[in-house]
Amino acid sequence: MEKQTNEIILEVSGLTKKYGSLKAVNNLSLNAYRGEVIGFLGPNGAGKSTTIRMLLGLIKPTSGTITIFGKSLKDERLEILKRIGAIVEKPDFYLYLSAYKNLEILGKISGKDINRKRIKEVLEIVGLKKRARSKVKTFSYGMKQRLGIAQALLHDPELIILDEPTTGLDPQGIKEMRELILHLSNNLKKTIFLSSHILKEIEIIASRMIIINNGTTQIEGSVEELLNSSEMKVRFEVDDVSKAHEVIKHSMWNKNFVETEKNKLVFEMDKSEISELNKFLVENNVKIDSIVPIRSLEDYFLKITEGKTE
Amino acid sequence: MKKLIFIELSKIFHKKRTYIAFTAIFLISSIIELALYFQGDKYIAFATRSLRNSFEFSGNLLNGYLIAFVILQSLSAYIPFLILLVGGDLLAGEATAGTYRIMLTRPITRESFVTAKFIAGAVYTNLLLFFMMIASLGISVLLFGTGELLVFKSKLYVFASNDVLWRFLLSYGFVALSMTTVLSLSILFSSLVENAIGPIISTMFVIITFLIISALKIESIESIKPFLFTNHMSAWREFFIKPLDYGKIIISFFVLLGHIFFFYLLTVIIFKRKDILS
Repeated sequence: MEKQTNEIILEVSGLTKKYGSLKAVNNLSLNAYRGEVIGFLGPNGAGKSTTIRMLLGLIKPTSGTITIFGKSLKDERLEILKRIGAIVEKPDFYLYLSAYKNLEILGKISGKDINRKRIKEVLEIVGLKKRARSKVKTFSYGMKQRLGIAQALLHDPELIILDEPTTGLDPQGIKEMRELILHLSNNLKKTIFLSSHILKEIEIIASRMIIINNGTTQIEGSVEELLNSSEMKVRFEVDDVSKAHEVIKHSMWNKNFVETEKNKLVFEMDKSEISELNKFLVENNVKIDSIVPIRSLEDYFLKITEGKTE
Repeated sequence: MKKLIFIELSKIFHKKRTYIAFTAIFLISSIIELALYFQGDKYIAFATRSLRNSFEFSGNLLNGYLIAFVILQSLSAYIPFLILLVGGDLLAGEATAGTYRIMLTRPITRESFVTAKFIAGAVYTNLLLFFMMIASLGISVLLFGTGELLVFKSKLYVFASNDVLWRFLLSYGFVALSMTTVLSLSILFSSLVENAIGPIISTMFVIITFLIISALKIESIESIKPFLFTNHMSAWREFFIKPLDYGKIIISFFVLLGHIFFFYLLTVIIFKRKDILS
């Protein structure tokens, strides 16, 4: 999943949103390239939705600039929105109208000529063709989410912004949504800006990722590079932590030792060294219950998700 | 803009709450018409009891015009509360439903979104008044026929049957303008909050407060009364006075129109600056 081109489609610079003294987004800068699936990752409350709302003109930034398709969002919002499809948080629709009628309404104000054929086409893509005439109030959450994708695709946009599209879906729904996003990217060549608070989701779908926390960018780079670094943290669960710690302290492995966590010893090491350390501990009569390797990015993300780091 | 207005009208007329006002008007008109159909003579005898010693009444006094006038007088005080059910929901309803997000991420300006809401709301209000005219004037004339209209307002006015219809048409038009003012106020409140209950209650509160102030005979508040739009909402009654006080009617017309424009402008300014957080 390499990025498709070097053309910057979305450029955010120094974006800040303040609510009183609270900075929901703080000096955020990022780029998205044409054809890529970019994962926008962060724990709940990190500022993802506020950023997305600013990208779509729903919220006015306190400062900073947003340039999409080379145009300033502030000056050419309408032209830009003609080329963007989005789901922002929950998939909300006019519940008293049918799926078809909802899409018909949105089609009329999409800035493109959306005919019946196109509405049926997008309903078919998301698997809702048979329920086109049903009122949205009869839809399950997953069906609404799929209808959300349909409305985002309706006017055949170049850039699709999806804010937590798998939230509230069951495992089957999550799988279908992932497949749909990959289909949009691989077959329909859409640029996708995907926000999520689940690292695994981004890992599966995205080619590049940006991690934000407290409204600022923490890490940015290719998913492959960031996740497949051989350096990782490994947790050894042992029967007697103090005995194990004593053994380690007087060995060459002390340089890899990081900390103890209850009945676990945490080491920072290369993937290839795990088996050797395991052998060393067993030879020194330390009983090992489990070995859990955690990639450093995963570990970092777990920490910010649990609020252990700023 | 035309597309947006049709979309807004389509939304309004797909909602069940839209029909509450139509049903209420139909029921109240029908109840009054039926009651007067069966006991109209008693009503006329009671209404003219103090005048019987000085005047002799002849002809069809219990006619469609009189009944339409009674209905218009009874309903004009209550229609604002029916209008609020739709007006209060126009913007806040979108916030509650979360549909601002799908609408405002389309290439439309916020001004055009609000303007379409105002126009669609005004169309609904005028249709409601037109329906009321049919349900009261139309049906009453069909059931009771036409005749001279007697109106008591500080003194007795008698209108020849061929001098009444235009007065009714202008009165309904004026009530429509008054109701559009109420609608505009409710849309303004609707732009401030994210739940339709708030604007409905706030507008009711403003109308009731202004009506109470208008009714008070206290010298110190007399000077503010001309500026209260509720004071001008009952100016439709001026069409049933001889001779017509054109000055009073024109002032009320422009005060109401000014309020509509002011509420609209304020709503656009507020809505343009609003962060969509729902």
